[in-house]
Amino acid sequence: MDLVMSKEAVAGIVRVLDEHLLRSGADCVLLVDQSGNLIVNRGDPSNLDVVALAALSAANFGATAEIAKLIGEEDFTLLFHKGKKENIHFSRVGKNYLLIILFNKDVSLGLIRLKVSKALPQILPYLGEE
Amino acid sequence: MAFIDLSKGEVQCKIVYYGPGRGGKTTNLLYIHRAMSEKIRGKMVTIDTKGDRTLFFDFLPLALGKIHNLSIKIQLYTVPGQVMYNATRKLVLKGVDGLVFVADSLKVQKDKNIQSLENLRENLADENIDLKDIPLVMQYNKRDLAEANIPLLSIAEMDADLNSELKVPWFEASALKGQGVFETLREISKRTVKQVSRKLLSK
Repeated sequence: MDLVMSKEAVAGIVRVLDEHLLRSGADCVLLVDQSGNLIVNRGDPSNLDVVALAALSAANFGATAEIAKLIGEEDFTLLFHKGKKENIHFSRVGKNYLLIILFNKDVSLGLIRLKVSKALPQILPYLGEE
Repeated sequence: MAFIDLSKGEVQCKIVYYGPGRGGKTTNLLYIHRAMSEKIRGKMVTIDTKGDRTLFFDFLPLALGKIHNLSIKIQLYTVPGQVMYNATRKLVLKGVDGLVFVADSLKVQKDKNIQSLENLRENLADENIDLKDIPLVMQYNKRDLAEANIPLLSIAEMDADLNSELKVPWFEASALKGQGVFETLREISKRTVKQVSRKLLSK
């Protein structure tokens, strides 16, 4: 299954990501598919290799899904890695996509989670997943 | 799963190097990474593991220029070849658009090549892909070892073992020295982009 994104769809996703996540203090937001393709990135990724981040995140998510299966879960719908300054939050979008959010220690995890839950239903239609 | 972004005018495809363990998949990527200019290639990612086997995957993004105003971006992946890492191989195969099968020319690896190709066929079937339908190129690697008097499989024998049914293009290669590496990459990129654009046009 190939994904073809129109200009309008990309613009729609960008609007949702900006409104809910960047405005809440996220440093950088990426939407990737599970094969590691980078679909949209927003925020300031100047010091960041976003292509590699997309590929590694997809793999990371896939690997944890295998861990989930080992303990009798189908998969984990979200992952969170905490660093000294920067944190990263991954959540599954529909069946085939991932939302990756980088945020620093001044932003609370709870806020990010809340905003993700608001943004997800608005992104899905653009990806052909309801 | 190819991804086409019409707002940026960009096509992204995923090509996976598959084959038995220690056959030279990573060496292919390393050679491409070394030989290409920084304008074309991105950063190569290898997941750090002990020893020289790939445990998860290697990753190298390339920008291959433009076709019909669409810029073509290709991402090369390798899989771990060792039999026991099948779960990882399946993960990396997710959304694959094109495949290079790197076969090991060493005589002692004859069965490993056949097993690995069979494993590829099964893993693709799990993703509902028929090996015959996906762009595929064979690479018979390590041909340079003939000079060192190491017993190698003949090209005819390898072709009979692996390619008698598929009849895909094949290349003799020495990934370590770079021979055949770009020929393989060129052919698989061409085939993959062709198939992706054909699918795109049929929509």
